[in-house]
Amino acid sequence: MAATLEFEKPIQELENKINELRSFSRDKGIDLSNEITTLEKRAMEVRESIYSNLNSWQHVLISRHPERPNTYDYINYIIKDFIELHGDRCFGDDPAVVGGIGRFNSRAVTVIGHLKGKNTKENLARNFGMAHPEGFRKGMRLMKQAEKFKRPVICFIDTPGANPGIGAEERGQFEAIARSILTMAALKTPIITVVIGEGASGGALAFGVGDRILMQEHTIYSVISPEGYASILWKDSSRAREAAEAIRITASDILDLGVADKIIPEPLGGAHRDPKAAADLLGEALADSLDELLELSLEDLMSCRYEKFRTIGNLK
Amino acid sequence: MVLEVFRKQKNVAAQAGSENRDIPEGIWSKCGRCGEILLNKDLIKNHKVCQKCGFHFRLTALERIKMTLDEGSFREMDADLLPVNPFNLSDYANKLIEARNKSGLNEAVVTGAGTINNIPLVIAVMDTNFMMASMGTVVGEKITRAIEAATAERKPLVIFAASGGARMQEGILSLMQLAKTVEALARLSEAGQLYITVMTDPTTGGVSASFAALGDIILAEPEAMIGFTGPRVIEQTIRQKLPEGFQRAEFFKQHGFIDQIIPRNQLKETLATLLEFHLQGVK
Repeated sequence: MAATLEFEKPIQELENKINELRSFSRDKGIDLSNEITTLEKRAMEVRESIYSNLNSWQHVLISRHPERPNTYDYINYIIKDFIELHGDRCFGDDPAVVGGIGRFNSRAVTVIGHLKGKNTKENLARNFGMAHPEGFRKGMRLMKQAEKFKRPVICFIDTPGANPGIGAEERGQFEAIARSILTMAALKTPIITVVIGEGASGGALAFGVGDRILMQEHTIYSVISPEGYASILWKDSSRAREAAEAIRITASDILDLGVADKIIPEPLGGAHRDPKAAADLLGEALADSLDELLELSLEDLMSCRYEKFRTIGNLK
Repeated sequence: MVLEVFRKQKNVAAQAGSENRDIPEGIWSKCGRCGEILLNKDLIKNHKVCQKCGFHFRLTALERIKMTLDEGSFREMDADLLPVNPFNLSDYANKLIEARNKSGLNEAVVTGAGTINNIPLVIAVMDTNFMMASMGTVVGEKITRAIEAATAERKPLVIFAASGGARMQEGILSLMQLAKTVEALARLSEAGQLYITVMTDPTTGGVSASFAALGDIILAEPEAMIGFTGPRVIEQTIRQKLPEGFQRAEFFKQHGFIDQIIPRNQLKETLATLLEFHLQGVK
């Protein structure tokens, strides 16, 4: 049972009532199927109405839902025979970043993504999806490897940002992110980036320079977390809701701003309600984008990628 | 909404020649480190470095250009590009006006062409007086155009980096400037051309994590604050005080991320020598 978000309470109340009726009907042997059907219909309507009028902050909450499918889940659903590859060959292996080779619709691909955990224990092990320099350097290594063997690259973005800490700075967090952006800018193979949760700051962009940028319906992408924005600009992190509206971070905002290319629909109530269905929808969108990119010559691929980022903001 | 107060400004190249713009208000300045009271006239003669303790004052873009390029050689590019406020935030509109009044600039970076010891180059200089030289759409655009000009004209590129990071008020569009500038650098590099970064105080956030980190040669000024995450955020996260000297230029040189720390009075000469080394090459 997925944890209920605050704005989902009206749905939850209806569902509780339905369950009560069901057990009452079973215990007492009374047929309440008409009442139950009516309530189920009502619950569906309420859910649809809530989910078609989400504000930015509600998108933030869904994008961070603890049970939301993570990079491993999508790999399990849509990548066959995945073999994980570890380490940056310089310092260590960052558990906040997952990478490897697998088969997507019968084609070998390289997959790289941030990895969040689903509970406190997992999150401590994965550092809440906040990468250290060695995580970005592992990603770069696998991208170069993909280029060498002419494999497309699929990146999953799901991070509150790069890790803030002493070790990360000592090992050159700034250089690792910059170098990863450069590696992607020059990589001679198709790259598809999918935001599957929250994407914030340079830690997200380090895997974000794709030929296609796809975002799932309830994800966010931002220069900084709403909390960070509120805390730095207004000295008040409790105004995060306001910040989320002000700087336009939802998938439809990012599409309107010309940064995202496509929004991938999610099952009603968010990807965590039906991870398998969410993965199928994601797989379809990936397949479409990959087909488009594989039609391009290398020269066209590279010039389209340049133009894509060159014209964001429309000043050129 | 373009800010009405941002009328086309006098080209800074014209201003760079006039003496009075470079003298700060008042006659005296206090050293930010040792507290010594310094006569402005002497301070400027000493490249705005404290005569007593060697503290490097932050420079305006104009001061830097004047100190670095051959006299009269600077030709500014894109001076008339005005800031944008994509989400029409009123706080931001006000900040932009303040920044313009404080810095005398239209945006946080000045770009153009000039010469050092008669060697032509393209230069970009960030100015912390304009919203801590944060990078939004227009800063990213000016830097990208400078990189593209260097590539097209086959000139070396020197960027004096300084920044608090990506400009938050332009949201995702600011983050995308990291990608835009770096893509242009990838082409410059592929064309086999020289790019030198000089990290000055402070070079942090999205600027450190994009073009500033990618010079063929990376120089820094003494004690410049450098890093991805600012020290205040790190301290709040790890709940302990950071050691003395953490994230200074010397720290990053020790950790292998900077080629040399060059005191300001040797900077022009060092750049000239490096540029000369790259004039010849195997054809």
